[in-house]
Amino acid sequence: MTDAVAASVPAQGDEVTIEIPARPEYLSVVRNVVAATASVDPTFGDDRLDDIRLVVSEAATNAIEAHLAAGNENRIGITVVNHDDHVVVEVVDHGVGFSESDIIEHPSLDSDQRLAYESGLGIPLMKALADETDIVSDGSGGTVVRLVVYPRKRG
Amino acid sequence: MSLSTAVSEVDDWYVVSVHGDLDMATAPTLRQFISTLHMSRPLMILDLRGVGFIDSTGLGVIIGVLKRLRTADGELRVAVDVARVRRVFEITDLTKVFRLYNSPEEAVADPYD
Repeated sequence: MTDAVAASVPAQGDEVTIEIPARPEYLSVVRNVVAATASVDPTFGDDRLDDIRLVVSEAATNAIEAHLAAGNENRIGITVVNHDDHVVVEVVDHGVGFSESDIIEHPSLDSDQRLAYESGLGIPLMKALADETDIVSDGSGGTVVRLVVYPRKRG
Repeated sequence: MSLSTAVSEVDDWYVVSVHGDLDMATAPTLRQFISTLHMSRPLMILDLRGVGFIDSTGLGVIIGVLKRLRTADGELRVAVDVARVRRVFEITDLTKVFRLYNSPEEAVADPYD
């Protein structure tokens, strides 16, 4: 295989990367860029693009909260990759670190005790709507949330 | 993206109308608006027909309102007609905690205990 041929067959799909200041005012920018990137693949219908808007909003909100809590003024990175039959979104923060074992188990939502908590719905929403949700602490104070979404929800 | 809010009174209910996207950027606006309302009765209808997007931060504000109204032995009803917004309430099981209506009129018409 010549270099020219190799170059025409990318190892992965089209990639769009943005960096935002860690401020909630940029959440709508993130939602719009990520959904618009996914919509380049015509097999994503409006319902699934809405799901993508929601899950990426949740991941970016967590990242912004982590930066604000840590007083960290670094930017937050968001990468979207369009693969053949799915999209992968990664939200990278440099906050305080976080792992799934840190998640507090809240009481069931239909119990009165649940109302004591106004937060904690973001990760359940990501898990309900994305086909894969991976939350990885990089060990040096940052977190990567990786979301995989197919045009039709699997499982 | 800004959020606009307004309140009116219909029968015994305070109807709070919200327009815009409800997320971490705009949730404080709604929280502040509701916390400064002078309500003589703890009965509120949140009219979210003008909301095109809501995430968990927006839901958190609504849970806070519900808590406040329940503490006062009151009730919260939510009017939603956008399918993708309604779906967020359904996925999070919040439909088990308060009732969704298609409009404030429908919510007002439903008798309460």
